[in-house]
Amino acid sequence: MELNDLYRDVILDHNRRPRNFGGLEPSDASVEGFNPMCGDRLTVRLRLADDTISDIRFEGQGCAISTASASLMTEAVKGKTRAEALQLFDRVHKLLTDDAATGADELGKLAALSGVREFPARVKCASLCWHTLASALRSGDPQALPAVSTE
Amino acid sequence: MNNTALAARPSSFDVNALRRQFPVLARLVRGKPLVYLDNGASAQRPIAVIDAVDDYERHHHANIHRGVHTLSQEATALYESARDKVMDFIHARSRNEIIFVRGTTEAINLVAQSYARPLLQPGDEILITHLEHHANIVPWQMVCEQTGATLIVAPIDAHGEVHFDAVAALMSDRTRLFACAHVSNALGTVLPVRRLIAAAKARGIITLIDGAQAVSHMEVDVQELGCDFYAFSSHKMYGPTGAGVLYGREQLLERMPPWQGGGEMILAVTFAKTTYNGLPNKFEAGTPNISGVIGLGAAVDFLQALDRGAAHAHETALLAHATAALRQIPQLRIVGTAPDKASLVSFVVAGVHPHDLGTILDEDGIAVRTGHHCAMPVMEFFALPATARASFAFYNTFEEIDKLAAGVERARRIFV
Repeated sequence: MELNDLYRDVILDHNRRPRNFGGLEPSDASVEGFNPMCGDRLTVRLRLADDTISDIRFEGQGCAISTASASLMTEAVKGKTRAEALQLFDRVHKLLTDDAATGADELGKLAALSGVREFPARVKCASLCWHTLASALRSGDPQALPAVSTE
Repeated sequence: MNNTALAARPSSFDVNALRRQFPVLARLVRGKPLVYLDNGASAQRPIAVIDAVDDYERHHHANIHRGVHTLSQEATALYESARDKVMDFIHARSRNEIIFVRGTTEAINLVAQSYARPLLQPGDEILITHLEHHANIVPWQMVCEQTGATLIVAPIDAHGEVHFDAVAALMSDRTRLFACAHVSNALGTVLPVRRLIAAAKARGIITLIDGAQAVSHMEVDVQELGCDFYAFSSHKMYGPTGAGVLYGREQLLERMPPWQGGGEMILAVTFAKTTYNGLPNKFEAGTPNISGVIGLGAAVDFLQALDRGAAHAHETALLAHATAALRQIPQLRIVGTAPDKASLVSFVVAGVHPHDLGTILDEDGIAVRTGHHCAMPVMEFFALPATARASFAFYNTFEEIDKLAAGVERARRIFV
């Protein structure tokens, strides 16, 4: 287990310069995610064109893993349909939690998150933004959604 | 870094002999010797405590106060002797003033519900300070909601210091109860409790002191302090978890109704009327944490046998060493710089989230707390989501603090 495996260059870069960071007005869905154990808090906002995520941005505060994961997520799901984005959520979730997970290569930059599974205390940091996104996508009326909590 | 300032200073206190009494300190974490700097969250157990609990579990366990058989009598004697030990430890007048509870949180809730709730009227005030742990905020908020009373919060300054005048100015004819920490868990600030208690008493205000962070660091004499209630937990003073103490002045405890109903707290029960037991049993409904209380008694013995003056001097030297070492790290800011502090340091490093810092330090076997420390209003005051906190015990060493400083610097280099 190596720190270098957790804090890979891609993670450090997206933490330092998070992509798609900030507000999004107007938006079709806005969901807040909260990790009460560590105080991480972020809001994911997105626009849908038909069934496709045409734009997505996030803001909030969190650790490097949480920030980088959200930044990578926004890059990865932009342009994807709801179903495709949810499918990606499942694969990332497996990558974070399942030692036997394969196919990391197909995940592109998101594969950089695979180091997290060696640090069980940090899985929630990486998955918070994904749970928040999934909640926004699964709802019929995303504006009315309650906040997502990892607890 | 300036090596003169970081050179380990000699101490007459025999830390290594003391460390051998704490088995966990000999273990490795991630292949490195454990550096345990999370004593503010929970301190480690000496062999004396482990053995006392083990001996009870192996040879003396039975329910207390219930049986005429030998084991029950032995268990009762062990449990009740812990009460006597705690009474001596905090200099209470009577064993009736020592109520065993699950911990500080339960002790404060007991006072809120049993003392404050029947007393409070709309317009009454409860006064606390801005640096309280959630356990000394939420129970008062709950009782305010139940009674229409108002919670008043005394300010802290930019150093995390609580000024006597600022608190005393908020004590009024409407103030019914004043509650504050003896030592801040998030910042280490030692509050001027003796003066605050005296000011409250002069106005007839009842006082509760949250001593969770104090009893392990300093001698506490409840009579000298003059407080009405004092609450603390076993596990922060080298005893087991799930046990704690509410000290209350006997006269007040006598007047208070029981908090929970059940066995142990009654004299006689009929369906028409129940006669409550006297102190302290009135507040100890149900089978208590017998082994935890016995372990707490052993922790008291352990502390009483220690040269506490020397232990305190060592902790003070550790704090000075840590403050100096951490201040040499660029972009590091110590949060909480009151002149009178217990031996803990809360800090942030620009560009390094405390959670990441905690993971990186853990790779070196160093345990620190990261987060809001159950004191979100303190974090909000300093406009921080979280800090890292290194909290020291008398078994920590200067070398361990140097490892902490090196680990923090290593983390900083990863992120800059």
